[in-house]
Amino acid sequence: MALATRTDRHPSLVRVFWASTVGKKAVMAVSGLIMLGYLVAHVMGNLKIFFGPEEFNAYGHWLRTMGGPVLHEKWALWLVRVALLAAVLAHGVSAYQLSRRDLRARPVRYVHRRRRTSYATRTMRWGGVILALFIVWHLLDLTTLTVNPRGQEGHPYENVVATFSTWYGDVIYLVAMLAVGLHVRHGFWSAAQTLGAGNAARDRTLKVLANGLALVLTAGFVSVPVAVMTGVVS
Amino acid sequence: MRLTLRVWRQPGADAPGAMATYEVEDISPDMSFLEMLDTLNEALILGGEEPVAFDHDCREGICGACGLVINGEAHGPERTTSCQLHMRSFRDGDTIDVEPWRASAFPVVRDLVVDRSAFDRIIQAGGYVSAPTGSAPEAHATPVPKADADSAFEHAECIGCGACVAACPNGAAMLFTSAKINHLRVLPQGVPERETRVLDMVAAMDAEGFGGCTLAGECATACPKGIPLPSIAAMNKEWLRAARKARR
Repeated sequence: MALATRTDRHPSLVRVFWASTVGKKAVMAVSGLIMLGYLVAHVMGNLKIFFGPEEFNAYGHWLRTMGGPVLHEKWALWLVRVALLAAVLAHGVSAYQLSRRDLRARPVRYVHRRRRTSYATRTMRWGGVILALFIVWHLLDLTTLTVNPRGQEGHPYENVVATFSTWYGDVIYLVAMLAVGLHVRHGFWSAAQTLGAGNAARDRTLKVLANGLALVLTAGFVSVPVAVMTGVVS
Repeated sequence: MRLTLRVWRQPGADAPGAMATYEVEDISPDMSFLEMLDTLNEALILGGEEPVAFDHDCREGICGACGLVINGEAHGPERTTSCQLHMRSFRDGDTIDVEPWRASAFPVVRDLVVDRSAFDRIIQAGGYVSAPTGSAPEAHATPVPKADADSAFEHAECIGCGACVAACPNGAAMLFTSAKINHLRVLPQGVPERETRVLDMVAAMDAEGFGGCTLAGECATACPKGIPLPSIAAMNKEWLRAARKARR
């Protein structure tokens, strides 16, 4: 028996990935890891708020001038923003398409219901939607300052304190940060499996790493509103 | 034992179905779950009713024909096939729900019988090695390292029952497909078709309308043969490698 010989033109790598559930999940994993890397940098920047308004505001200013003198002011910032926007879109669209497919693949529920999988796993989809809505509010609040109660350009320290001095600012933020923790907990470990990095020997390490990342990120982010509420930062 | 059964009854593929309640008596704890259903069917036939249709063949846990969702769990509460599940796993007076596998790629044929031809088509797409057959080759002609032989055998244990699909919240066939791919990948006979196998089998799996993997882990918990969850990660790695390599 002769093997099938492939004479057809090779489709592009992007098409191969996007057409397959395994490839699309890999897109989701990589875009998720990009955002996770950003969150690690973000939480470290946030913690500078504990060193006073001068240091925090200087850091905010540096974000606009980083990459200089090679890059013009805000160019590096915009490069990061474009990369992040691409990651968010790739992550969201692949998640939406894969979820639609998953729901179609299991149209009839079992009559005998029982609790399935962990809380973090079950809340990935709605948790993702909550995070997307939070990001919109977060950008309007502290980037464009549209809905910020103080909204003073160039004074991020004062704007952060103003947001966390309102009850709704605290509630929205705390809920979203819990969602981040849950999302990262399942997401990081899942991404490792999707990209083929998981095996039986490494599983424990990956789970500990996922839980550690989730915990450190949530604790780091939550510490800021808690500090404002308790008056440590004012 | 005296039991109350709630069983999915559906006269045909396009007919509507519903759960029907039956009382069964004189059930021995040593009976298998299928023998208990046989007892129910004998009573139904004597009473002039249609017996409950369910798949079964070897009743030894090695063929993969039987498959029931018992109390919401594929193959019920023990890590074995429905035929090797015994009534001692239940208590006298229990109410037991029995449903067919639920996945759009596994349409119900009748009652508890589903059409699992989708698995056959995934195998046809690449779950084989192209080699001239004939008399058995000399055993030492192709050396296989022990670790590889063990890994191949672990995955070759898959009997294709479909419990992984039934348990998966997304109706995904990832554990089944990964077992077949990993089984052949580590053996020297499987190497020549390594790339086309994973690409074609995953494409066939997608074409059948199975869902994707969200790493819920339900499949590996339900698998009567203990195919491990990292098997899926190994298949993902194999697919990513093949997708890059196929471009050259």
